[in-house]
Amino acid sequence: MGSQVNDPRLSTAGTADPYGANGSEDGLLKESLFTTRLDELVSWSRKNSLWPMPMGLACCAIELMAMVGPRFDVARFGAEALRFSPRQADLMIVAGTVSKKMAPAVKKVYDQMPEPKWVIAMGACASSGGMFHSYSTVQGVDEIIPVDVYIPGCPPRPEALIAGILDIQKKIAAEAK
Amino acid sequence: MLVQRPRSLSLGERIYLPGILKGMWLTLRHMFRPKVTLQYPDEKWTVPDYYRGIPVLVSDQAGRTKCVACFLCQWVCPPRAITIQAEELASSSVEKGPKEFEINMLRCIMCGYCEEVCPEEAIFMSKQYELTGKTREELIFDKEKLLKLGGKRFDTIRKWDHK
Repeated sequence: MGSQVNDPRLSTAGTADPYGANGSEDGLLKESLFTTRLDELVSWSRKNSLWPMPMGLACCAIELMAMVGPRFDVARFGAEALRFSPRQADLMIVAGTVSKKMAPAVKKVYDQMPEPKWVIAMGACASSGGMFHSYSTVQGVDEIIPVDVYIPGCPPRPEALIAGILDIQKKIAAEAK
Repeated sequence: MLVQRPRSLSLGERIYLPGILKGMWLTLRHMFRPKVTLQYPDEKWTVPDYYRGIPVLVSDQAGRTKCVACFLCQWVCPPRAITIQAEELASSSVEKGPKEFEINMLRCIMCGYCEEVCPEEAIFMSKQYELTGKTREELIFDKEKLLKLGGKRFDTIRKWDHK
């Protein structure tokens, strides 16, 4: 039995193969680096132009509007283009009490949004049902759609919502890695 | 009722230019007005004293958890965010304390009823207003976390010392 390993891919001395023609590690590394960079570029552009779909169902929507206004100005993070049509949006902000009557509409709007998409559950009602331990309220919007970031508060301040959007941006950046 | 038909437009109105310039002047004027934007992650809001952020537990100067597990806050809490489990304290004159004290921050509506009802002044509304979480579980705060957030509040009366 020969103990010598004669695999050319494992030898490192003087076999620089920059184009990866022989499938060497050097070339593979370059290739993967290129795709990683492309993913990073894509996620960078995604995270800096989030188009939120404002699913304003109750009083939290007022704070959502304040976030877009001049005082808090979410345009600084590129998320000022609130699209009221789901086809043009990629971040759903569920702001308010999701009643069982509204739940099919929320689900439908979420399904209509193109991939990739993210969801923020804003406020106590959307995150967990809040104070509505009720037959008519969905106990958290994560019972019908997947939620990425939860924001407690009744309603949360616009700063908290901006913090949530920054969390989503961090998540998108981490998806490329 | 006689419907008023619009009068025919003048030349200035028909070419739209004066109207456009008037609108643009209004926009331009705002560039020289004071800036109102709060540069949020770098610049923070000055929280007023009466602000109600998330509720936290406090301990006294001796490090004792001030809560005596009377269940009043759990009883008064409108969204039922507070869950307490009491235990008997053998080595202390207080006799009763919380074994578990959980506040579900996703349920909490920061109404301040718990602070108002507490006879021991053990629970306070903090100034924390920018809390976010990735899962539901990480926003259920247990006793240790609440005490850490609350810190120490000095107690002048110290009724449990000479009971």
